[in-house]
Amino acid sequence: MGDKRFTKDHEWISVAGDIGTVGISDYAQHALGDVVFVEVPEPGRAIAKGAEAAVVESVKAASEVYSPVSGTVVKGNQAIVDQPGLVNEAAETGAWFFTIKLSDPSELTGLMDRAAYDAYLKTLE
Amino acid sequence: MSDSHDTPLLTTPLDRLHRELDGKMVPFAGYAMPVQYPAGVLTEHVHTRTNASLFDVSHMGQAEIRGADGARWLETLVPGDIQGLGIGKTRYTVFTNDQGGILDDLMVSKLADDHLFLVINAACKHADFAHMQAKIGDKVQLRMIEDRALVALQGPKAAEAMAKVAPDAGAMTFMTIREITIAGIACLATRSGYTGEDGWEISVPEARVEELVRALLALPGVMPAGLGARDSLRLEAGLCLYGSDIDTATTPVEANIAWIMNKRRRAEGGFPGAAIIQRQLAEGPARLRVGIQPLGRAPARAHTEITDEAGNRLGEICSGGFGPSADRPVAMGYVPRDFAAIGTKIKLVVRGKALDAEVAALPFVPHRYIKA
Repeated sequence: MGDKRFTKDHEWISVAGDIGTVGISDYAQHALGDVVFVEVPEPGRAIAKGAEAAVVESVKAASEVYSPVSGTVVKGNQAIVDQPGLVNEAAETGAWFFTIKLSDPSELTGLMDRAAYDAYLKTLE
Repeated sequence: MSDSHDTPLLTTPLDRLHRELDGKMVPFAGYAMPVQYPAGVLTEHVHTRTNASLFDVSHMGQAEIRGADGARWLETLVPGDIQGLGIGKTRYTVFTNDQGGILDDLMVSKLADDHLFLVINAACKHADFAHMQAKIGDKVQLRMIEDRALVALQGPKAAEAMAKVAPDAGAMTFMTIREITIAGIACLATRSGYTGEDGWEISVPEARVEELVRALLALPGVMPAGLGARDSLRLEAGLCLYGSDIDTATTPVEANIAWIMNKRRRAEGGFPGAAIIQRQLAEGPARLRVGIQPLGRAPARAHTEITDEAGNRLGEICSGGFGPSADRPVAMGYVPRDFAAIGTKIKLVVRGKALDAEVAALPFVPHRYIKA
């Protein structure tokens, strides 16, 4: 998988070929707190860049996960549905939310690389 | 993550300690309060059910009513039996408005025949005080107590912890009040709380609250817990949160807390909205607050629409989330009386999907109070 790119809403995407893997950042899982429920999209669902793609809920609140790119869902990660706490343990590794076949790879250029995302997080402190 | 920086927030006398403990401070009822500490809501919740947790609730209002007829006059504002409350006893009640709606819920303790101690909600305290002042201010002596903090020690190990610093505390039973010395500090404590667990709520002079809390946190099994855990604990315990589960548009009968009224008060009335409440007691209310068990894993949050199985709107969830001890989503909501029976199948509309749920008994986690 390629290097991660990040959105201002704290999703990440890692692309190999025309398939992207999407998750939420470690910063996001920490801000959410203990994750108790996850909903991932069904395979085959077409999603536009910035549209709601998944749901992540902590004890206190529900949040949407937005797709960083447009495309068609390949699959959702059943492991985090079965064990939502994995999102807290491995947000940027094993606890990815879904994979998506990109319809417009040029959308990636608008996303932040790790250094830019880290700098963005500093502005939120 | 917060847009609150430009609004000046009040702080409790434990503010420095919360920050030292790395509490995540959020605005709540005009105060900067810890929503959680580094352990997190889930851990703090479970710790409270298995050990003991210390909560700062100093944002809540404390007040006293003095005067020979204090109980009688307070009864003109609440439907509870205050005249019949024993000395040293505590009772849960509500202030009602002329429509029978709830202005606030509160704890009333009788320290002496002419001395009542009240604990009221933070967000309502100024309005409550103004209400009492306007209605009974010339009949009794009212005082807002602004120089005392309030903390809660809650959990099955609370008694063991208290025994080490307050030998007198163990003699108290649920819903009693006593002036006791805790860790050498003169306090006013009730054996009560908002978690469904055994524990104490402790009123203490502001100047000594940090010393008290440090002494309690040093006891084995005691951890700090924030407002996040307080909310999930009270929801599992089926306890109402003012502003969510009860408000000016809900009566005590609709809220399913008619038990706060004894036979005499039901018969006599004599509180705001009594005629409406008495009619609901006689005829049954149109709607009721009930426990709601989502049958899947998705939590249903406040304002989630409740429908019948055919999709007809029944009402809304008033409080809902994930219950860490129940280990499943839990909720409360208002439904028409005909749908209030335990086991009634309903649907919850979550993100556009109608999810299966049923009316469930409250509490979701059994209360473990130490009764007389």
